[in-house]
Amino acid sequence: MAGLLGIEELTRAEVEAILHRARYFQPLQSQAFKKLDTLRGKMIVNLFFEASTRTRTSFEIAAKRLGADAVSITASGSSVSKGESLVDTLNTLAAMRPDAIVMRHSASGAPHFLARHLAIPIVNAGDGTHEHPTQALLDALTILDHRPALEGLRVAIIGDIAHSRVARSNVHLLSKFGVDIVLCGPATLLPPELTQIAPGVTLATDIREAIREADVIMMLRVQLERMHDPPLSAGEYFQFYGLRLEHMALAKPDAIVMHPGPINRGRELSSEVADFQRSVILNQVENGVAVRMAVLERIVGEHANGFAAH
Amino acid sequence: MASLLIKNGRVVDPATGFDGPADVLIEDGRVAAIERQLDGKGGEILDASGLVVAPGFIDMHVHLREPGIEHSETIETGARAAAAGGFTSICCMPNTLPVNDNATVTSYIIERARQQAVVNVFPIGAITKNSAGEELAAFGSMKNAGIVALSDDGRPVMNARVMRRAMQLAKSFDLPVIDHCEDLNLSAGGEMHEGVPSTRLGLRGIPASSEDVMVARDILLAENTGVRFHVAHISSRHSLHMVQFAKKRGLSVTCEATPHHFALSDAAITSYDSSYKMKPPLRSACDVAAVLEGIVSGTVDAIATDHAPHPGSEKMQEFEKCPFGIIGLETALGLTLEKLYHTGKISLVRVVELFTTGPARILHLDRGTLAAGAVGDVTLFDIERSWTYDVNRSFSKSKNTPFDGWQFRGGPAATIVQGKVVWQLENR
Repeated sequence: MAGLLGIEELTRAEVEAILHRARYFQPLQSQAFKKLDTLRGKMIVNLFFEASTRTRTSFEIAAKRLGADAVSITASGSSVSKGESLVDTLNTLAAMRPDAIVMRHSASGAPHFLARHLAIPIVNAGDGTHEHPTQALLDALTILDHRPALEGLRVAIIGDIAHSRVARSNVHLLSKFGVDIVLCGPATLLPPELTQIAPGVTLATDIREAIREADVIMMLRVQLERMHDPPLSAGEYFQFYGLRLEHMALAKPDAIVMHPGPINRGRELSSEVADFQRSVILNQVENGVAVRMAVLERIVGEHANGFAAH
Repeated sequence: MASLLIKNGRVVDPATGFDGPADVLIEDGRVAAIERQLDGKGGEILDASGLVVAPGFIDMHVHLREPGIEHSETIETGARAAAAGGFTSICCMPNTLPVNDNATVTSYIIERARQQAVVNVFPIGAITKNSAGEELAAFGSMKNAGIVALSDDGRPVMNARVMRRAMQLAKSFDLPVIDHCEDLNLSAGGEMHEGVPSTRLGLRGIPASSEDVMVARDILLAENTGVRFHVAHISSRHSLHMVQFAKKRGLSVTCEATPHHFALSDAAITSYDSSYKMKPPLRSACDVAAVLEGIVSGTVDAIATDHAPHPGSEKMQEFEKCPFGIIGLETALGLTLEKLYHTGKISLVRVVELFTTGPARILHLDRGTLAAGAVGDVTLFDIERSWTYDVNRSFSKSKNTPFDGWQFRGGPAATIVQGKVVWQLENR
């Protein structure tokens, strides 16, 4: 059974099927009794080689709400610090027969490399600067909470595009639905090749141009930890690429503001925007659980059909 | 008197312009005669029916890892892999432990090779001490000990002033300077060629400009100093244009291309397989076309493998953690025939030239011809036999190659060093 490594290799129908199933799980999140037994007896291992609060917790809650057992491991304190190679660590965990491994790693392609050597399904919870598939799925679900369809929307993704796996996964997903995607940031964080990775992508270095007539504004965190030399000072960055309330007048009147978190108030968006009525940042977090339930069910459930191996 | 008669082959010797059926007689390690229907006079006879008989192939760019990194390769295993690839001579880069930056290390390599290598080993000395890019190494005594060129391959000299002084001194010792052209500041942190595939995969890019700016610098310094300057593993179209420009100006500037840089592009890296990770990285299709064109037009003087063994334990990691480099001795001829000869891009004479007179001229080696009196190094190869490369049967200690399982049309058949058959294809 194939896991979920990225959005790029999924078909539009597969994306639609997950979103459809996620919508079924949405109401469950606000019920008093939240637990199902769909995955009873199954074991999910969350293996995080990079710091994460929301994604790891979200996967863990998703597994538990489906009735599965979940174990979360973070790299510090694991055998990684004892010099064991990644493939040996995964082989060791796989020998304990979990039903899936959810992993995050700072190296792009780390889950793809492992998937070639291990039979166990792997769910990519973010690999380096490559993909973060469940983030793009929950983002799409959140947009669909506010819009009837993705087709024809204009989505601006603003910030550190070069180092963003969230941007890449969103580009691949939105492109499959014919969305008009504008990527915006300083040229040092905006590789021109991005227009060639999927149809419908344009670039802008001026935030006002990117926001104009946008239905959705996705802000990204500046990933200082992945940069060799930050191109702009924090002040300069916020002045030219930070989202402030006055920008909202340029977008569609009912445009929504999204952010994958964690947010840095006063860095990539003003505090007012973060708390703005059309900011859906917390809805994204809530939808994360529903989407991850849909993904885990599809991969390890009794009638799991997984994802076609491409 | 020990003799070997190679009968019934098609002799191709670009140095003399000979191309036709002939027998080659080698006596006491030297070519004694090339004629139709020679008589063996009771010595050893090798039937070369259906084979091309060429001067021994020279690979001017290999890493043998000895001394110091013997878990990856040794002079003995690297030489065996060379022989199986049709090479009779190999030039080993100085990035060993310790670095070959003095006559003692050079002599050690030459002595080990004399005892253990089935092919000729010509060491290349470091440009700077420990290849640290600062103080110049002992060029003169290394030359007396046997080096044939200078290079800080893999750890290129960043300081232009140091490079200029190295070129001045190299010129006075009549040694060519080989540069692995890479601006380490521009390429810092890079994992593959910067382009659409790297952007798609989220891997950090190594821009073609990191190669180009150093080729430009070195050509200007070469003109300034008059040194013989050679660009190692050229891979980008602008670099090729600059070498072409330098040649037109009459400078002593040469370059080599590796089989992987004309056989593969960055589009091949789809699954984060570290077998495709090397420096310079696999470039764009446009650069690959420029390398092919450079080979056809003559801008490229030699094919060299940059054979760079790394054990499986180092290659079985996340892409970003894996070392750069692939092995290449046993697949070089197959890839050349496949991508250049059978596609009609170059003639058989040009194939042989790229492996013989090309490198011999760059390094001033007394090799690369079958003229009477020449050293009896001979490469026999087939241009039609179909075969599949199985890296598990490689003579190299390391198995890092993207070409495992590739099918080839034509490849080495026998390798003869100073009149001795050191490798021969089984079941021929």
